[in-house]
Amino acid sequence: MSDAYLSLEKLTLAYGDTVAVGNLDLDIGKGELIALLGPSGCGKTTTMRAIAGLLPVKSGHIRLDGTDMTRTPPNKRAVGLVFQSYALFPHLSVYENVAFGLKLKGMRGSELDQKVRGGLTSVGLSSFADRKPAELSGGQQQRVALARSMVMEPKVLLLDEPLSNLDARLRLEMRTELQRVQKETGVTMIFVTHDQTEALSLADRIVVMKNGAIEQIGTPEDIYNRPASAFVADFVGFENIFALDQGKLKTEHGLADPSGALPGEALSAAGLAWRPRMVTLGSGPFRGTVRGTSFAGDRREYLLASDLGPIKAEVDASEPVHAPDAEIAFDLPAAKAAPLKRFA
Amino acid sequence: MNARSLFIPATLFLVLAFLIGPFLIIVAASFSAGETLAFPPQGFSLRWIAKVFTVDSFRASFAMSMFLAVGGTAAALVLGIPASYALSRYRLPGAEIVRTIVSLPIIVPGIIVGLALLRYVVVPFGVGITPALFLAHTALILPYAVRVVSASLDNLRSDIEEAAVLLGSSRMGAFFRVVMPNIKGGILSAFILGFVTSFNQVPVSLFLSGPGVRTLPVDMIAYMEIVFDPSVAALSSLLAFLSIGIVFAAERFLGFSRYV
Ligand SMILES: Nc1ncnc2c1ncn2[C@@H]1O[C@H](COP(=O)(O)OP(=O)(O)O)[C@@H](O)[C@H]1O
Ligand SMILES: [Mg+2]
Repeated sequence: MSDAYLSLEKLTLAYGDTVAVGNLDLDIGKGELIALLGPSGCGKTTTMRAIAGLLPVKSGHIRLDGTDMTRTPPNKRAVGLVFQSYALFPHLSVYENVAFGLKLKGMRGSELDQKVRGGLTSVGLSSFADRKPAELSGGQQQRVALARSMVMEPKVLLLDEPLSNLDARLRLEMRTELQRVQKETGVTMIFVTHDQTEALSLADRIVVMKNGAIEQIGTPEDIYNRPASAFVADFVGFENIFALDQGKLKTEHGLADPSGALPGEALSAAGLAWRPRMVTLGSGPFRGTVRGTSFAGDRREYLLASDLGPIKAEVDASEPVHAPDAEIAFDLPAAKAAPLKRFA
Repeated sequence: MNARSLFIPATLFLVLAFLIGPFLIIVAASFSAGETLAFPPQGFSLRWIAKVFTVDSFRASFAMSMFLAVGGTAAALVLGIPASYALSRYRLPGAEIVRTIVSLPIIVPGIIVGLALLRYVVVPFGVGITPALFLAHTALILPYAVRVVSASLDNLRSDIEEAAVLLGSSRMGAFFRVVMPNIKGGILSAFILGFVTSFNQVPVSLFLSGPGVRTLPVDMIAYMEIVFDPSVAALSSLLAFLSIGIVFAAERFLGFSRYV
């Protein structure tokens, strides 16, 4: 891509002889908000550390703003990183933490003061300037770390699991905060998460990773509605996933005819996937036995045992209740299914 | 109370008596008005305390002990801090072996260290008495320095150094800007521990002392062999109070015991 601001080209990263990330290609546009999504251990942190320059690149290239910085030392890259642990300097006040990088740039006096105060104000911490990090809550520490990176006006800001150490309410607050900071400054931002809701709600584009490689890149709508593989489908909540073999569903008990004609795009697919709420209960060509049920407010979840294997269904709570062990008809409408390009 | 319930308080009393008793006896003896070191003291006077300050050899050996304690500890820290840092931050091959070797002098009796240094370093290489003492004290303090500094480094997350680097600092700069200030307490504790260890060291110094050059404890032993007056007790009391004062101040201001 010629208009890429940050490109990772055939990037391979390793710890000793163990390859953690292999042959990764990724182009990111200026001002984009990217989420790296994937299960723990898939190489998200490793990728971030390489972009920041903290981990040497085994092979491949990192280009930023037109220059190759594969071998540029981390203190010369203009890449900011907000650590998962925040990594605030415990001996310095909030103010001094934020001033740290600016002072190293040679900034002094009123210019420095203005910049630091501005940074603290933008994260709502101007009245905490004299506190030590240990005297702040996790959410506040997070925001100090954010301000400390942002005042440096980095070309790219990396955030490693920025929300995972916060409680649910703070997480929502911080999510909004990140979005606002990104919008106001237009900084190119990459954040790591293993939580699909975070990625879906925040990012312009999501990069799904698996075992050190990219599984799919797409908008939140793409990822949520059109997962490319069984892995992505499973990760974003399609719980009924089948491989396709010559137009038939592959099950534990052999091949089964799908319900209804396959849509055009599904003809060449390697698999089909349904979210629990895409399953129809009470009618359809398949039969299953209710093995478990749980009430989830406005919806009710069912676990069925069927010829197709275990099926997860979720229906409106107002629909008739099916008792445990009841045998019921159900449908996996082919028309609703998400076709998977790859199954492995 | 029956015999069983008396057992624990009695044990406690005996332990305390053995720990503190000799100290109290020495302190009492230093205020004696008599001519010889004796307990119970005969009368009360400050003459032996005053006498301590007039003995020339005490002054010289006190200066030597101070020099060894301060200089040796400083040298041990200059070597020990980078060593501890390397041991804790980099996965060096053989790091465990280095750690063990560095800790050995804590376990090996001072007498063996002193003899070995004398026999295989000082004599064959013709090292002077003062450099030999300095070398020995540095080597003796080094393990304490490494242990105490390592403990405080292990409590410090290493990602703050990376954060400093990403904010524009060099690796070396990050060490001085964010590592050193956060292990200050550990370094001070190591200093105090090293100082006290060196100051109280007898066996190694005994082997390496020579004509005219002695550490204070060695000098006190030599003094007592000739003169048996209470001035040695007076000096011991002064030193004990000095040590207690330093440790107390360190505990009070730094939480010394956290690091040791
Ligand atoms: N310092 C390290 N030394 C050796 N292997 C590591 C190190 N850090 C991470 N790894 C390995 O690299 C892989 C990717 O790890 P990481 O990038 O931390 O994953 P994520 O951030 O996606 O959870 C994992 O298999 C992990 O065990
Ligand atoms: Mg991680």
